[in-house]
Formats: sequence, C-alpha cells, structure tokens
Amino acid sequence: MLSQESLARIDRELTKYPDDHRQSAVMSALRIAQDELGWLSKDTIAFVADYLRIPAIAALEVATFYNMYELEPVGRHKITVCTNISCMLRGSDEIVDHLEKRLGVHMGETTPDGKYTIKEGECMGCCGGAPLFHINNKRMCEYLTPEKVDEILGELK
Amino acid sequence: MLKIEIDGQAVEVEHGSTIIDAADKIGVAIPRFCYHKKLSVAANCRMCLVQVEKFNKPLPACATPVSEGMKIFTRSKSAIEAQKSVMEFLLINHPLDCPICDQGGECELQDIAVGYGSVKSRYTEEKRVVLNKNIGPLVSTDMTRCIQCTRCVRFLKEIGGMMELGLVGRGEHAEITAYVDKSVESELSGNIIDLCPVGALTSKPFRYSARSWELTRRPSIAAHDALGSQIEVQVKNNRVMRVLPREKESINECWISDRDRFSYEGLNSTERLTVPMIKQNGEWKEADWKSALEYVANRLKVVAEKDGNDIGFLVAPTSTMEEGYLTKKLARGLKSGNVDHRLRRGDFRLDGHFQGTPWMGCNIPDLQEMDRVLVIGSNLRNEHPLLAHRLRHAVKMNAAEVSIVSSLDDDPLMPVAFKEICSPDGMINELLQILKAMSSLQRLSLCLPPSLNKLLEGIEVSANADAIAHSLAGLGKDYDLVSPRSGVFLGNMAQHHPRYSELYSLAEAIASLCGATFGVFSESANRVGLDLARALPSAGALNARTMLEQPRKAYMLVNVEPEFDCRNGKQAADAMAQADFVVALTPFKSFALNDADVMLPVAPFTETSGTFMSMEGRVQSFAAAVKPLGECRPGWKVLRVLGNLLGLEGFDFDSSEAVKNEIFGGEKPSKVVWNKLNNNLRHLVEVDVKATSTALRRIGEIPLYQSDAIVRRSLPLQKAGQSSVGMAAMNSALMQKLGLQEGDLVRVKQDAEAVKLPVRLDDRVYDNCVRVPVCAETARLGDLYGEISVEKAS
Ligand code: SF4
Ligand code: FES
Ligand code: FES
Repeated sequence: MLSQESLARIDRELTKYPDDHRQSAVMSALRIAQDELGWLSKDTIAFVADYLRIPAIAALEVATFYNMYELEPVGRHKITVCTNISCMLRGSDEIVDHLEKRLGVHMGETTPDGKYTIKEGECMGCCGGAPLFHINNKRMCEYLTPEKVDEILGELK
Repeated sequence: MLKIEIDGQAVEVEHGSTIIDAADKIGVAIPRFCYHKKLSVAANCRMCLVQVEKFNKPLPACATPVSEGMKIFTRSKSAIEAQKSVMEFLLINHPLDCPICDQGGECELQDIAVGYGSVKSRYTEEKRVVLNKNIGPLVSTDMTRCIQCTRCVRFLKEIGGMMELGLVGRGEHAEITAYVDKSVESELSGNIIDLCPVGALTSKPFRYSARSWELTRRPSIAAHDALGSQIEVQVKNNRVMRVLPREKESINECWISDRDRFSYEGLNSTERLTVPMIKQNGEWKEADWKSALEYVANRLKVVAEKDGNDIGFLVAPTSTMEEGYLTKKLARGLKSGNVDHRLRRGDFRLDGHFQGTPWMGCNIPDLQEMDRVLVIGSNLRNEHPLLAHRLRHAVKMNAAEVSIVSSLDDDPLMPVAFKEICSPDGMINELLQILKAMSSLQRLSLCLPPSLNKLLEGIEVSANADAIAHSLAGLGKDYDLVSPRSGVFLGNMAQHHPRYSELYSLAEAIASLCGATFGVFSESANRVGLDLARALPSAGALNARTMLEQPRKAYMLVNVEPEFDCRNGKQAADAMAQADFVVALTPFKSFALNDADVMLPVAPFTETSGTFMSMEGRVQSFAAAVKPLGECRPGWKVLRVLGNLLGLEGFDFDSSEAVKNEIFGGEKPSKVVWNKLNNNLRHLVEVDVKATSTALRRIGEIPLYQSDAIVRRSLPLQKAGQSSVGMAAMNSALMQKLGLQEGDLVRVKQDAEAVKLPVRLDDRVYDNCVRVPVCAETARLGDLYGEISVEKAS
C-alpha cells in the first residue's frame, strides 16, 4: 500500500519512541501516508494502524480529529486559506473570492481536472503574515494579494 | 493520609485519591457520567464539577487529586451552577426520547437530569442526529442518545483488551463507532450496556420486552464457567427477562461475561422439556410424573438386580452439588460404582493419586497480583473470560510476565512474554524442557525425585523453554523471591488433553521447584463441587470414558447431552443406542437424546435451588429465581423420589439445604472445603518422553458458546459465536500439504464417522493439527483429540 520510502520514513519516526509506545508515531505515520497518497482512505488508515500494531479504530480517531488529514480525495494541490479573525481583517475574503473565481470552484471543492482543491482553514498561528494560505499542509504563502495568488498558481504544475 | 473537608464534613483519605473517591467514601453524591471506578479517568463529561476553596473556577471532582486541607463544596452556589450548566449542554443534543428508550427508569442521565436539569430547554435549534451502528447481535445502539462519555471505549480497551470502539470526529461531529461496520467481538461486550449512562447502548435480546420497574430481582450464581460470578436474575411473569451482574469485588468485580449475561435466552427455548416423556415402540409419549418415575425405578431395579455395575451414571459438570451427590448416592444404593462428571476428560490415570479435590490453588484476585504466570493448555478467553481479564490486569499493573504453552496460538488480548505453540504431544516435551531448565538454575538445586531426574536426561532445552523457566524462577529480577507471586495453571484444554496426567505431574513439579502457586482452572460451573461431592467412580469402577468404551446396559444422564458433552460424541451416541435403558434428567428435549427411553424434565439453574462450588473453592448456594416451567421439577427432588421408589435408605430430604448439609457432614462448608482442596499428588504418574505421533491430530476445542446445553440454545449467543464453529481450521503449511484452499469443502473423518466441513485458514493452529470445534455439525465425530483425516470432498 505504501512505498518502501514511506515505510522507511515511518520506521524512522518509530525509532523516536519506545517499542511499546508505537502508537505515539500515529500522527507522523498518517502524515507520511497522506504525503504519498494524497488522502487517507479507510484502507490506508487500517494499513497504517496495522503497521504500527495498533487497533484501526485508534488510528481512525486521530485521522478524524485533525482537519489536516484528508478523508476524501483532494486535488493535487490543496490550498487551505485561513479565514480566521486576523486574516479576515487583513482581507482573506478577497483572497477567497479570487481563488473561487480563478479556479471556478467553491471552498471545499476540487477542480474537475483534479488539480486544485480549496479549503477553509482556521488560524495557523502566523497571523503576522496575514492573509495567508498553505499548500498541501507544507508550503505557507503569506502577505497574499490577488496578484501574488496568480503568481503562485502559475508556479504550480 | 490527607485530611480534607467536603461540604463541611471532615474526612481522611489516602494520598493520590481524587475528590470523587473521597466523596464516595463518605457518601456525598457528586453527579457523574464519564467517571467509573474501574476505568481510567477521562474527565470529559464535566458533570462532576465542584467548588474548591482557593480555586476561582470549578474543578472536575473525578480528575482532581486531593491535597492536605482542601475544602470542597459540592452543593455551593457556584458548584450547582456549574453542574446545571453542564447538564444543559449535555441535553442540547440529546433526543429526550425517554418514553421509547429502553434505558428509561434506569438511566443515569434521566436521574441526574431530575436533579440538575431545568424544566424547559432554551435550545430551539435543530438537534443533531447520529446514524445507528450495527455492532452485533448482543448490543443494540441508538447513537443519537450518546453523550460521548467514552466509558464504552475505555471498557473495551482497558478491560476487554481490544479497542473495538472509538470516538471519531470532534466537537459536534464526534461519534462513537466501531471501525467501518465491524461488530464488537469481545466476550465481555455486554458490560458496555451496563456502563452506558444513557440509552445509547442497550441489550438487543432484552429490547422492548420489559421496563426495569416491572422486574423482580433475584440473586443467583452464574452457571457457565467456574468463576462463580454473582448475578442478578430479573424476572417478570415467572420468566427470566435478563441477567445482570451483582457487584462482588473478589469474584466478578462488577462485570460478567456475555455467556453468563445472555445464556438466559436458552432457558425459554422451544426445546424445553416440560412433561415427562416415555418412549413406546419408538415413539415419544407424554406421561405423568408418577408413572414415569415408577417406570424408571422398575427398569433400573431390573438391571441392578443382576449387577449394579451394568448401570452408568453420567452427570454434567454444570449440575448442582446436590444433584451430583444424590446421583452418586443413588448409584451406590443400586450397587453401581460407575459415576462421573468429568465427561470431556480423556486421561484418568491420576484417579486415586490425588490427595484432595484439585482446584485453582489460590483465590481469583490473587491472580491479578501475580507477576509471573505460566498457563498450560488454555484458551483463556473462551474458557474463563473474566480470568483472562484478571491476568490482563496483572500484565498491565505489575508488568506480569505471562507464558503460554498450548497447541493453539489464540490471542489472549494481552502481551505474552513467552509462548510455545506445539503439538499436543509436544506440550509434554515442552514441560519437560522447562522442568529441566528450572532444575538446573542454581538457586533451585532442590532435589527432584529420581524418577523425574532420569526422564530429563535426554531432553534438550530450547532457548524459549529456558526463558520460560527463567521468567518463572524470577532470577536476577526484582521479585519477591521469599513468597513469590507466581503461578502455574492448567486450563480446560489441558484437562481434555489425552495425556493430562503427565501434563499435571510435570506442571506440579515445575511449580514446586520454583515455589509457584499451582492450580487448575477447572471447567464448568461446578467441576470442583462435584468432585467434592464425590460424583466420581468408586475405586476400580468405570469412569466417564470407560463407561462409554465398555457400553453399559443402562445409563442415567443428569443434564447431559451425550454427543455434545462427552469427549467422544460418536462413542457416547453409540453407547446410548446400544443400551437397553437410558433415562435422561434434562431440561431440554434434544436430538442428542433420541436414544433415551425416558426423559424427565428437570429444572435449569434458574428454576431450582442448589449449590455450586467455584474453582477457588467458594461454596455458593442459590434459590430458584422462577418457578419450574411446566411440569419441570428440581433435579434433587426427582432424584430423591427415585431413591424413595427404589426403596433406598437415606433419601428423606425435604430441601436442597438438607442435601447440602449431608454433603458437608453438617459442618460449615468453608471448613470442609479448606480441608479437602488439595492439588498435590501422592505419586507421580509415569511420563512417556518419547511418545509422539505423526498422524493428523484433531484439536477438539469447545467454542465459547458451545459449552453447555443452555448456552447452546441461546440464539443471540449462537449468532455471536457463529464464526467459531462449523469448520476445519488448519495452518497454511498443512493446507498446502493437503492441497486445499480456504473455503474448500472437506470430508473430515474420525474412526467410522465423517462429516463435511469448509476449510478455514488459521495460522494459529499448530502444524499437523486441525481445529475441529465441537458443535452440531461435528457432534458425531469421535475423540476431541483423536486422530483425524481430512480429504477434499468431491
Ligand atoms: S455510547 Fe454510552 S458509554 Fe459509549 S460514549 Fe456514548 S454515552 Fe458513553
Ligand atoms: S488568523 Fe489566519 S493565521 Fe491566525
Ligand atoms: S465524571 Fe468527572 S468529568 Fe465526567
């Protein structure tokens, strides 16, 4: 289900905890699985749980608790826009509007070509750089303006 | 000890207690939902908020440890305000459908809402709805009612040993679920019904059949394993409606197994026998008690006049002590020595060697205090679900090292330190290895009897056996070596083992070398009690096996269904068919009794008074919870009248108490028991080091829900246990060798009988062994551990 490379990454995470606390690696393991597959299906979650030798339901609890884990398929580039108070005051509405118009989909939707998904996010703790979004939970883009958004979208393959 | 004050009342509590412990100690009621004394603290419902001096916000009583001088107010304005607010929040999304909810009348939410809820809800928006889940045939769900206390989740994880439910999502979207449509499989699952403070989890079989206030509660003793769990039988219109645990810390704590909880469904089965029946010209005819009993007495007399030993008496190990004792007395009166209750036993070489009645060797709570335990031949979760939990607890709390020797690698749902899965014969060898390893540990240079020493000469000790010996001996570890808390126990499968005597002798030797407690987890509710009541063959007479191997002219069966309850179903059935006369005292008419001549309806444990003795030697008498069904009569009465009709002496009992008194010689039971329980052997039996066989071996497991006649008739339990019966399971190596694939239909042959079964891949079964559980499909096969052949069915 997962590539050797991902498994090796999970193994590395596992070395950080004592052997009878393999459960502690569940968050990183789910993240690594999502990195590879884009999202977490029930089968993926069960696989990760099995790999960690924990009950599947314990992994599901974690996967459903945090909203950076995707439980449905998403586009290649998942753009999560912060719409909390600081970002809102700094114009996140405009960013959302612009994205929706440019990509032709609403928040929470994926473009028909499967390239983009846009999502609403909560405060990411970087209010200093508001308004902002991040891409695939990894790349944080701050001080956004519609022009800057276009530029970023242009770079994405 | 810490001195604190709760609502002005001074109390001293131990270090580390929480406020709720302290309040419970002096009987101050603090409302709660998520807290449960046997589970970890989650502190997620917030119902238990109280005011504590010097803290400017209310604190959860269940999660706040007390400190010296703490002043706690549970009924102050701020406490009550906090509690009321929490209640209001909890009710926001609760459907308030009490009139159609099974929990109504025994609902913690209902009760606490009366005290803390407001009359009117301020919430007028739409409530959330949660889809129901199907988690199996025993527990029914109404998930919209759930308040997310997570007691069920914690129970299954901490007590059940496997996390089968979880809380997914969060906030308003949080819900309890199993992983994608799975059912809950724990053999203790029914306890989550009791734990759930609302009506989210209720009993499926009991559902909509009665209100809790209509039920009469009668104490009784669980009848399906040897733990002696205390139960409460709840009755309406002279019918058992459900069974719940009674709290008894030293036995079942506040739990019972699903088998004990749902077996009652079998009591009202359509197969109940309600009138005496006599077979005339091959057809069953109803009869009245008088003529049936006279008929039985006459027929038995005729056989006994020639030779009493032509009669065999088989007593099911679930029978009461009174029934067992009177059967024995009847047999002796008829000059027959052939009485036995050890129906599934195959090896009787130890008879005459015991110094007393074999038992568990310690008390049930002792098990959870142990730090090193060796379990030999036991499928613990099937045999004694709550003992498995005690051991699990020992592993968790004392980091106990559990070692296992068995032919099946079934998961006991606890970390096992060392295990040796081997063939039935291999188990003997394994114990020899452990013994050898143990005797060579320096500190234990006690002398073994020379006969044993000789045996050990050629034995090669494997690394694993050595590890088990080291673990048991506790060398080099921080254990109390003066009074070691270690144990060596034999399970049901060991007792059914064809070489049980050898296992027993070796296990005893191992235990005595390392000073461990030695005991037998005995099977069925009353195996120990029937031993003490001497429902056993007299010297030289036939035992349960030989009585069938050498067919008798007549048999008396007490609560026995020969094909299911005897070790060799085929042999038992044949013996019954051949006999001139078979009388069955039975609560059920069953096809297994087709070859009987008379069936006398006797009462199951809920309809008779009687006494069980648990594996720890606890003698517990119980009264009938309901009147006998139809013309059923308590077994002891039937036996007494038979004794009278046969003109035997000493059958003038007017109560089961009187029988019990005679069993214990008028003494206090505990006193007698204390003198009689003894696991020591007078002599060791011979151990055959070399015996091995290459033939395919049957592992005739007794599945959880096939253990006795009542359980076998409980439909919900049968549904729950479906997946563990009706198959021939083997490991991949054997499947390959036989050219089989999962799901193939095979002919499983034993002696002259063959049955068709689907093959199941099961790598927990040892090489060259086939797990063929006892069930309706396999009842006609032979010996539980006999040779077997398997071939593809065409
Ligand atoms: S189902 Fe019952 S026990 Fe489980 S979390 Fe909900 S309210 Fe608590
Ligand atoms: S509000 Fe957007 S990062 Fe904090
Ligand atoms: S009982 Fe204390 S928070 Fe639930």
